This record gives sequence, structure tokens and C-alpha cells, in this order.
Amino acid sequence: MAHANELYLGKQDYQVLGKRPVRHDGTDKVTGKAIYTADVQLPNMLHGKIVRSPHAHARIKSIDASEALAMPGVFAVVTADDFPDLTEKFALMGEAGQVNLTELAANCLAKGKVLYRGHAVAAVAAANVHIADEAASKIKVEYEVLPSVTWVLDAMKDDAPLLHEHLRTDSMGKKADKPSNIAVHLQFEKGNVTDGFQQADVIVEREFRTASVHQGYIEPHAVVALWNEDSRLKLWTATQGSFNCRQQVAELLQIPVSQVLVVPCEIGGGFGGKITVYLEPVAALLSRKSGRPVKMVMQRNEVFEGTGPTPGSFARVKLGAKKDGTLVAGEAWLAYDCGAFPGGMIGPGCMCVFSCYDLPHAKVDGFDVCNNKPKTQAYRAPGSTQAAFACEQVIDELAEKLNIDPIELRLKNAAKEGTRRVDGPVYPRVGFVECLNAAKNSEHWKSKLSGKNRGRGIAAGFWFNIGGASSCSASVNDDGIVCLVEGSTDIGGTRTSIAMQLAETLGIAAEDVRPQVGDTDSVGYTFLTGGSRVTFATGLAAYQLGLDLQEQMKQRAASIWDCDPTSITVDKGVYKQNGHSLTFKQIAAKIPENQLDPVVGRASVAPEGSTNAFGVHIADVEVDPETGKVTVLRYTAIQDAGKAVHPSYVEGQMQGGAAQGIGWALNEEYFFDAKDQMRNASFLDYRMPTCLDLPMIDTIIVEVPNPSHPYGVRGVGETPIVPPPATIANAIHAAVGTRMTQLPMSPPALWKALSERA
Amino acid sequence: MKSFDYAAPTSLAEASALLAHANGQARILAGGTDLLVQLREHLREADLVVDVKRIPELMELSFTPEQGLRLGASVPCYRIYEHAEVSAAYPALAEAARIVGGWQIQSRASVGGNLCNSSPAGDTIAPLIALGASCTVVGPEGTRQVAAEEFCVSPGKNVLRRGELLSTIVFPPPAKSGGSAYERFIPRNEMDIAVAAAGSWVELDPSGKTIKNARVAITAVAPTPRFAAEASQWLAGKPATEETFAQAGELAKKVASPITDMRGTQEFRVHLVGVLTKRTLAKAVERARG
Repeated sequence: MAHANELYLGKQDYQVLGKRPVRHDGTDKVTGKAIYTADVQLPNMLHGKIVRSPHAHARIKSIDASEALAMPGVFAVVTADDFPDLTEKFALMGEAGQVNLTELAANCLAKGKVLYRGHAVAAVAAANVHIADEAASKIKVEYEVLPSVTWVLDAMKDDAPLLHEHLRTDSMGKKADKPSNIAVHLQFEKGNVTDGFQQADVIVEREFRTASVHQGYIEPHAVVALWNEDSRLKLWTATQGSFNCRQQVAELLQIPVSQVLVVPCEIGGGFGGKITVYLEPVAALLSRKSGRPVKMVMQRNEVFEGTGPTPGSFARVKLGAKKDGTLVAGEAWLAYDCGAFPGGMIGPGCMCVFSCYDLPHAKVDGFDVCNNKPKTQAYRAPGSTQAAFACEQVIDELAEKLNIDPIELRLKNAAKEGTRRVDGPVYPRVGFVECLNAAKNSEHWKSKLSGKNRGRGIAAGFWFNIGGASSCSASVNDDGIVCLVEGSTDIGGTRTSIAMQLAETLGIAAEDVRPQVGDTDSVGYTFLTGGSRVTFATGLAAYQLGLDLQEQMKQRAASIWDCDPTSITVDKGVYKQNGHSLTFKQIAAKIPENQLDPVVGRASVAPEGSTNAFGVHIADVEVDPETGKVTVLRYTAIQDAGKAVHPSYVEGQMQGGAAQGIGWALNEEYFFDAKDQMRNASFLDYRMPTCLDLPMIDTIIVEVPNPSHPYGVRGVGETPIVPPPATIANAIHAAVGTRMTQLPMSPPALWKALSERA
Repeated sequence: MKSFDYAAPTSLAEASALLAHANGQARILAGGTDLLVQLREHLREADLVVDVKRIPELMELSFTPEQGLRLGASVPCYRIYEHAEVSAAYPALAEAARIVGGWQIQSRASVGGNLCNSSPAGDTIAPLIALGASCTVVGPEGTRQVAAEEFCVSPGKNVLRRGELLSTIVFPPPAKSGGSAYERFIPRNEMDIAVAAAGSWVELDPSGKTIKNARVAITAVAPTPRFAAEASQWLAGKPATEETFAQAGELAKKVASPITDMRGTQEFRVHLVGVLTKRTLAKAVERARG
């Protein structure tokens, strides 16, 4: 969709940015020639298979692999005992902070106890997948089944089954004296909420619940590990961060990072779920034991039961406003589960719950709670969607009670430059007001919706978008093509968005840059692909790389013209001095002709702070009151991209996030039975939306340049998943008058709510 | 997947003999869209897989308005909905054939296979029952006919004995003022398994206002697909109105005994039986009126 000029506040005269070149990796992907990890074949390669727990919580009494090892074609079996002793060992890992290595290892191979159904217990490597499969079934594990718990509030109770006997609640730095499943209690406070609520004319308080959902990437986890005789470990894998993967594996195996080489293959989606390692260290151990390369590829049920998901949550949100709609106070109490091990998404949940609004008084309490589910992982704006589901419905209800248009109420209280969030940071220039205005002026919002059981909803969302370290390098070829090597694994088309920024800086065409993602030996340290950081941070590195290359090209031109490089001017890729003029490509051709030094450039950056992306979504729905089924009739996503480097990708991110958010809203959930076993670990019964379940998702890109990037880039990938559940819930409320406070808002749930009301 | 023997007989007698004398567990392979997945996921085991697609009777589809439809057990779904006369004569069957999996599945999967897989939620089974289909079973002791509603006995199990296979499904000729419809409820719009489903067939009297005969079948709400006998009998002679359809829905609920699982609650499924019976009857009547 073309964006209107009034939505664009930045520089206009770009040569490359804002255009829509064909993506560099497109042809290989659509013709099936791109190499994914499962495509990697090595001589004498073995196939590994994981033995997984059938119980949600149990003590491992014994593991007997003798029968499996006696099978012809079986080469090695590993268990948790094959990891080095990691007691009391921690590692600093970027955003994740201090990582407890004992826990990270125990998530890869259970030690002592299994903490969720699907928890890996042992692994076997054999000549082919069929032998591996059969051998895995012959590894005898004896369990003592323990009581289990999967709902976050149940897990917080004093008499709940304990996952970790040694876990003590960390409450604002203070450790509790008795064991609990509550790993952390966080608190953020601004102003004085008691005073604040006293000023309120209207107060709305509600409770909300959300089920665990999975990232649902199309490519299951896969790895090929080769541990050589010289102790070099080479890993081909699908990861969101080759350097983060390298560090995790090195720490877990207690070997130096430089001994590990991670080759990132093409990746079939990650959404935050391919940051932590699962198979990599296990395949490495199997390779070391067997002396052969080992491939491991998960099946879909293993992906659901052994990886992901995002937290199931409980939220109580209270907001107070004056008659004119001015918000005076907010209070939130959030409990997110983190699954088997501490360290979930409660932090960002607490920071995001009120992040769209300027609240003079606010207080947020958050709890990180262990329960018998897979360890939760990041999923696109982790923690923010659950918080927005709560807050944005309370805002909607306030608007209704105050009889104020929901956009006007949000505009009145919108976070803007200078607003201080409850967790402290003060916003620089952000684009929330512009997004709300774009929503207000959209054809969708202005259109009339008529018909029985139909309603329109609107909701907003926020994600920080981080910076972090990024590196890239490039060489200029004789034909003027620039080969770019960058360190960010590409899950969202970032190779192209980075290449475009380099092309813009150099004044050459996007097609004249050939980008590739380097392995960990070929490119400088680059933090993971996550936090919507790559187009911003690695793009910033590409910009600086462009300046470096341009400087060198000036020097080469100066040699050709025998002049001072500082006397050369460059405009749109044309180098000029005193009547001379050469294009970038012409200089590139003259470098070998004149036997000049080849041009190789490099850049590395580590920007701090967040780039702050706001979004607003509008949905029209129709409810079938007889079945509780919701049909999404029309959907529009609006977002501030700062600068849309490649608008098609920005639109794709907005549409993809909205699609995932609608799935989360309507049908997706981890469905547990009475024994806390997931019963829908397949795409058939997990029910992500298909293309037949969604309308075309319209997009409106707003561009309020980010002051901390030369081209104004903000991240875009995560914010679009934040508003959908609240947007759909508000639309359902408008359609049938029932407020849905629990996800998913599936047909049985909505039908029940409607029939209970009747 | 465990290794197994494979045979592809070209006659019913040969197939029956292979099935009767197999060492260990023999499984019949038609389209394979259920069996191969089940073998891979260890939901079923096989020592011998007997591919029946080379047996001419099982790949036969013949239809005349006078004789009705003879549908070979391995005829893939697409041949039904792409057959204009069959689709017009048995719309409930065509509707079900069109939603068994996606296009790729429909080019392999057969109605006979769907019936023999005997899932409580099999999409084509409610239409078979509603349309009064009869199943021709061939075995070492000869041939027998089994009514569609008698075929399944429990989830995944049916009346086939050792050495027997389903060869043909026989549909009575379409009635003059007849119509049928199938509808399932799924939370999404495609690629899903029924939470509950109903198939209805009606024959109207010449006025088009009264139901002469009706058959209602419901699936995914009991261990086996169910013929709603009481609802069907009650409908005969009733006016073809919304009120009648709703009343029949209430009667159909009586034969539903669903479980609560990841696809829906017991309460919700029973409720859906009423809704879907009502909706399919209305559609069947509309079709009967032309």
C-alpha cells in the first residue's frame, strides 16, 4: 500500500531507501535451492534422535542404554552426565544477562528430574534415522512420577508442586527463605498510585488470562555437528544468532569460543524461538563420542513439546481517568510463567503494560513463575502482547464508560517525546500520536460497518527495539559489485535492508551490493537477530562501512587523478575533482588497471538504547452467536517504522505479526490434559490461522524518523504482534457486547460466554 | 518407521488371500494419507502393507440416475467432486470429499479409506449414512453387504475381519425430490478436523412443503459415526420448516456422547449437533426443492 506523504516526516531524496528491489535471497528460496540445515550432508554422517520425557514432572531413577548400544548401526548415546560439571557456573550473555549454565544444560538434557513432557533425557546417534528412532525407543528410562502444575497462579500457591527445591524468590534483590516456584518479583513505581486513583472519576479494573502459544516457525530445529580430531567443533545450524549460539555451546561444553565455528544456514523462521540452544550441544557431544558428524532434526511434536513457547499469563490491570479522559493512575499485577527454568518474559511485560500512555502515577508488580511447561522463550515482542491484551481492553472500557472515542482517549494520553515510562526511561521523539492520527484518518476507521453481530475494535502496542553490537565488511570488485559480509542471521529479509543502506551510502544500486551472512570465523562479533535490532544496528554498521569504502574510493580516485583526496567530492556515487568525474563503477574498474590497493572496508558498532516502535491496529469482526466462531472481516495495521527501508518488508512484517497475533487471539493454545500433557502438539490441532482464515491485512506505514539513526530507521518486526488480541477482543465486545478476558477467544469459549450471558 | 513387506495385488481374491495369510499385522494401503502418517508416528504397526490401488473394482466409479452410484473403495476424493452428475445427485458426499485435507490429499485419499480408517470424525462417513450407502465387503468366505452406519465399531475399528477388505460403496439412486447436505464445525475455515459434524438427506412430497423421508447422521460426537434414527423417523411427514429442523436437531443430540478434548468441550459439541443438524436439514430441503 502506498503511504501518504503526510505520514512521512523524514528526508525525501533517497536513491535506494524506500524502493522495493527484488530481495537478494529470493530466487534461491522460491526455487528450492537455498541451503537449510536439514539439507547439509557430510560424509559418514550419523543421525541423532532425542529420547523425551512422557511425564510432565518426574524424577529420573535410571537410564539404561545397553540395549540401544548393542544394536548394529548405533554409535553413541549421551545423557546429562556427558556435560562437564557446570555447578555454580554462570555466563554473561548479552540481553539475557547472567545465564545459569546448569539450567541451560539441563534444558538440553534433563539432569535428575524431568520438568515437562517432551523434556530431553538422552540422545542416540545411529547410521540412519530409522535405526536412531528404534534405538531411542530401546533406551529404558525409569521415572518416579511427581505431581505437576501448568497454570501460573496454581504454581504460585504455597502448596504447589515444587520444580526446583533450591529456588528462592528474588524480590527486588532480596532472597526469600523458603523454596517457591516464583523465581522473581519485580516492581516498578512512578508517582503515588493511591493519590492518583483518588483523582479519578472513573476506575476500571479487570483480570485477564492468556494461554501458552508457540512461535510456530515452519522449520523445525536442526543441526549438523562435526567435532574434529583437532578439537575444533563446527556447527551448521538454524539460529537467530551465530555468535550467541557459539557462546552458549562453548560455555556448556567448557571450551574456548574460538574453538567453535558456527555456520548459520538459511532459517525458516525464528520469532525469538531460535536464540537458545537445544540440539547443538547434544549433537556436539554425540559427534565427539562417535568421531563422526551428527545431524539432528526435530519433528513438529518435538518442536511444540520441547521448545518455545511464550508465557501463559495472568494480569490484573486497573486504570483511573478523569471525566475529560485524562488518565490519572494505573496499577498492574502480572504473573507470567517461565516454564521449567527461571528467566521468562515478565520484565518486558512490566515495562510494556503502560508504555503507550503518559501516566502520572503508576505501579507495576511482576512475577516470574516456574511451572511444568517447556522453558519459555522470546516470541516477537516477548511479554508485550499479554500486557496489551489487558491494558488495551481496560482503555477500551474506559472510553466506553466516559463516552469518548477510543482514538481520542488514546490521543489525549499518548506517550510522546519526554514521557517517562513507569520503568524509568524517557522517550525521545516517537511516533505514537502520528500512528493514532493515521488510524483516525484511515479509510477503514472512517468507513461504516453495518450488519448484525458485527463490530469494530482498535488497540495499540509498543515494543522497545534494541541496539547492540554489529559488524560487517565488504570488498569492491573490478566490476563495481560490492560483496558485503554481515553477521546478522537473516530471518526477516535483513540481508536486503542492510545492503540497501550500504548502497544508499555509496550512491550505488541495491542490486550492486551482494550481501551474505558470514559464519563466526568470517565476520566480526554480531549480537543476535532479535529485538527488532538488525535493520537498525547492522544497518548502522553498513552505513559506516559505506563511509569507510567511500573514503578509500576517494583515495583511489586521488591516485588516478594525482590529487589530494580531500579535494574530491562525492555526490550520488559520482566522484569529482577539478573537472574529472568517475562513477563508483569506473573507479572500481581502474583499481586493477592502475595496480592500486584493493578496496576492503569494515565497520563495527554497538549502539545503545531503544528505537521505540508504536503500532495501532483496527479490526472488523463478525461473530456467529450459534457457534462462537469469529470471522475477521477487515484488518488494518498502522505502524511507525522511522524510515521504511524496504516498504514491502515492513508491510510483510506488519502483516505477519498481525496474522500471528490473530492466531493467538482466536485459536492457538497449548492444550493440557489432566496429567499436564500437551494434547495438540501438531499443526493440525494447534490451529494457527491459514490464508483462508484471514482477510488481506492492510497496512499504513508512518515514518517519524528515529533521531539515533542516520536514516531514521526504527525496528519494525515485533510491534505488530502486540495489538491483535486486544484489537480482536475489543471488536468482539463491539459486536456482541461480551468482554472476553481470556485467550484464546475460541469458539467454545466465546459460545460459553455468550450462552452464560443469555 | 519400522520396515515392512509390501504387496500390490491385482484382484480381490489375491488381496484377500494376502490379508488372510499374512505373518503378523497386515494393513491395507489405498491413498495412504492416514496409514503412512500413522506408521511414521507409531500409531499403527504393519508387518505387511497391501496396496489395493491395482484392483480394478476398487478404482471403479460408475453412476446412472437409475442405478445410482457404485464407488470403488480406493477412488480418490477429487473424482467425486469433479464428476458433475455425482456431485449433483449426492451433494453431501461431494461436500465432504471437497474438505478431506487439501488438494494434494484429495488426489490420493479415498472415501473407502476414510471409512476404513474409522475415525469418529471421518468427514465422508456422515454423508454415507445419510445417503443410505451400503458397503460391499469381500473376504475368504465370500461377499457381504454392511450398512454404512453399521461399519464402524469403535475409534479406529470396524467390522472387517481377517482377510476381508472393502471393495465398493453402493449408493441408492437419487430420489426425485431429494436433497442432501454435509456440514462440519471447525474453528478455522480449512485444513482441520471436525469438532462436530452432521449430514442430512431428505425426500420431499410433491408439494415440496412436507418431508416424506429423512436420514440424519452425526459425527465427531461419539466413539463412532451415528445414525440419528429417532430424529430421522420423526422427520417423516413433518412440515419442512425451520422449527422442524431445530426440533430434529434436539432429537439428534440424544445420540451424541462426545468427549471433551483439544477440539472442543462435551457441552459445546452436543450444542453443535443441534446447530449443524438444523443447518444441514435446511440446506438439504433447499436443494430438494431445486
